[in-house]
Formats: sequence, C-alpha cells, structure tokens
Amino acid sequence: MNKVGERLYNGIVKENPTFVLMLGMCPTLAVTTSAMNGLGMGLTTMVVLALSNLIISLLRKIIPNRVRIPAFIVIIASFVTAVQLLLEAYIPALNKSLGVYIPLIVVNCIILGRAESYAYSNSPIPSLFDGLGMGLGFTVALTCIGAVRELLGAGELFGLGLLPESFEPVRIFGQAPGAFFVLAALVALQNYVKGIRKKAGKSYEKIGSGCGEDCAHCSDTSCGKRFYDTNAQTGGQEALGKEGK
Amino acid sequence: MESVKELLVILISSSLISNVVLSQFLGLCPFLGVSKKTNTAAGMGTAVIFVITLASAVAGLIYKFVLQPLHAEYLKTIVFILVIAALVQFVEMFLRKAMPALYEALGVYLPLITTNCAVLGVAITNVQKEYGILAGIVNGFATAVGFTIAIVILAGIREKLEYNDIPGPFRGMPTVLLTAGLMAIAFCGFSGLL
Repeated sequence: MNKVGERLYNGIVKENPTFVLMLGMCPTLAVTTSAMNGLGMGLTTMVVLALSNLIISLLRKIIPNRVRIPAFIVIIASFVTAVQLLLEAYIPALNKSLGVYIPLIVVNCIILGRAESYAYSNSPIPSLFDGLGMGLGFTVALTCIGAVRELLGAGELFGLGLLPESFEPVRIFGQAPGAFFVLAALVALQNYVKGIRKKAGKSYEKIGSGCGEDCAHCSDTSCGKRFYDTNAQTGGQEALGKEGK
Repeated sequence: MESVKELLVILISSSLISNVVLSQFLGLCPFLGVSKKTNTAAGMGTAVIFVITLASAVAGLIYKFVLQPLHAEYLKTIVFILVIAALVQFVEMFLRKAMPALYEALGVYLPLITTNCAVLGVAITNVQKEYGILAGIVNGFATAVGFTIAIVILAGIREKLEYNDIPGPFRGMPTVLLTAGLMAIAFCGFSGLL
C-alpha cells in the first residue's frame, strides 16, 4: 500500500513529467489552448499509460530483451487505437478538438520512457500506479498550462467568464505563439528555482528520465526519452560530431 | 486524380501557412535540439525531407492497397508506426551500402528521426484529410520543407544569439522558445496567402 502512495506522489510531484522531467512537449504545447482540452488530453494519456504499464509489466518475463522496444510500441499503439475508438463513440467533441494528437500519443516519450524505465523491471500493481501517477502529473500540468492560456487568451476558465469585462483578452495566448511563450516562462521559472535550490546546497543531479542519468546533463541526443539539453554550449552538436566521425 | 492547382495549394499551405513545427507543434524535439548551427540544421532538414516524403508514399500505398481492401483501417496507427520505424532502419542500411556519400551527409540524423512525431503525424493527417497517394506525397514533402525552413531560420538566429547577454534563468532553452514564439507570429502572416 505504501508503495502505491509513493508511486502516485512520485508521478504527480517529485518527478512530474512536464514540470520536472520536461517530457512529451509536443502534445503539451499543441492541445493546451484551453483548460478543458488539456484535461481531456491528460486523462486520455493517463488511461493509455496506466494500461500499457500494467500489460508490459505482466508480460515482462515473456518479452525478449532484444525486441522489447517494438513490443512496447505495439502494446501502446493497440491501447491508443482502442482509446481513440472509444472517444470517437462516446465523446466525439473531444476527439474532434484533439484531432491528430490522439494517435500521436503513441510517440509520446513519457509512455515509452515509463515502459522502459519502470514497467519492464517491476511488478504489475506498482507499475499500474506508476502509470496512474505519471498520468495524473501530466494531467495536472496540462490543465494548469491550459488554464493559464485560456485565462489570458480568452478571459475564461473551463468556458466560464471569470475576468471583468474591462479585461482585454490577449488573443495570441490562445494561438500557436502563445504556447511557446508560456513554455518559455515555465522553463525560465524552473531554471530560477533550480538556481535558488543550488545555492541552498541541494543537488539536482539525481533527476532523470529513469535511465539513471540526468536528462539535463546527458549528451545522448538519440535518446527517445529526453526533451532537450539545457547545456547550450555542448551537448547535442558534439554528440552528433562524435557519431559522425 | 488531383489537379495541379490542388497540389499547389497543398504545397503552400503545408509548408508555410500551417507550418509543422510553428503551428502544429510536431517534431519539436529535433527542432529545439539540433538547431544550434545552420549546417547541422540544414543536414537534419534534408534528412527529414527524405524520410517524410518516402514514409508518406509507403504509408499511403499500404493504406490504399492493404488496409482498405481488408477493411482494417482502424489498425492504421499500429501499422504506420511499425512501418516508419522499419523504414528508417532500412533506409539507413540501404544508404550505407549503396550511397556512402549521401549516408555520410545524412546518416547521423537518421536514428534521430525515428522518434520524430512529424513523420507519423503526416501519415495520419494524409489519411484523415483523405488525400490520394500523390497528394499525400506532396503534403509530406511540403511539410518537411516547412520543417527545414523553420529549423534553418531558428539555427541562424541562435548563432547570433550566442553572444548576447541574457538574464540568468532565461539562458538556453527559454530564449530559444521565445525565438520560436516570435517566429510563429511571423509565420501567422502567411495565413492571408491563400
């Protein structure tokens, strides 16, 4: 029971996939035009993540190590297809507003990342709750970003007018450029907090995507689980140069 | 069969108006990760053009001649992702054997493309918009050209930004994201084109 709670806390707070690990940025930017869309996308991803974690964990002794990635992809893609058909049948409005991003859950690096780093080496129940925790963390993050963008871009929250009439909505936050600006502010905030924490003597070296490495200081650009390298001077280019030689 | 005019409309709208990274947010990881120098960005762009054009052709053929006759359209997500993953591997092996010069230029970028969601995104968009095979290939090519335009421009700006004095927390990724946001505003200007 303790492990279940620990997994949920880990996913929602300690290793929040969006705010801490910075994974799965494509859907994060694309669907957060409103809080409702963010919530829908988050919950859809959570269902796929929890179920694929459970199945992969159940099958972990059967799947041979060498073909594990294609096997994971087939399992994840099957759940995505099932969820998409369910959405089409029962919540067509959400399916329409999320559009192409529902099938693209397959290539969301959070899901493959959790399969590889947690579900493939742990028993089913903790894996299920790891998926639920990570999915809830993702949902919370998407809903927050969606709420900020909806509030600034349309003056509404979940479709309800909250701000006074005199507030002039900044339309650009509801459109594509606004997504980049909100994420830029978010990453800057994260850097700022990290700077304060570092001064206080806390280490951030341990935070990683589950491969045991720290994403922010890892130079393996071909790793599907990473999002970017914060180390602007080195990293990606050098790794590419090395591979080229 | 699609008329030339329709193909031209697809070409312009997919490459400029609804740019794949700046308005659809597909393929953000390589867009932000491999955009530090213009020549690597151009290499990545070329590899993406090559793979996406090929992938949309193969995915279109499989959808039309395998999935539709079997009434298994609902399997498209699974089939497309496996086909793309296999295709990238195959292209890498083929280039290494048959065209070493091209492999030298594009080879390092190929493994990075398997995780690029733009490839799967284009294949699925082609099906959703009910494009024919030729229109699908044109759409794939145009999308990839749009990606290349965006990544090369961003790399050019980043080369200049390198020497600027930026406030601490905004160094690195936040600046790049702000740049991308401004580019997205600029690309909004294309929406009056058609």
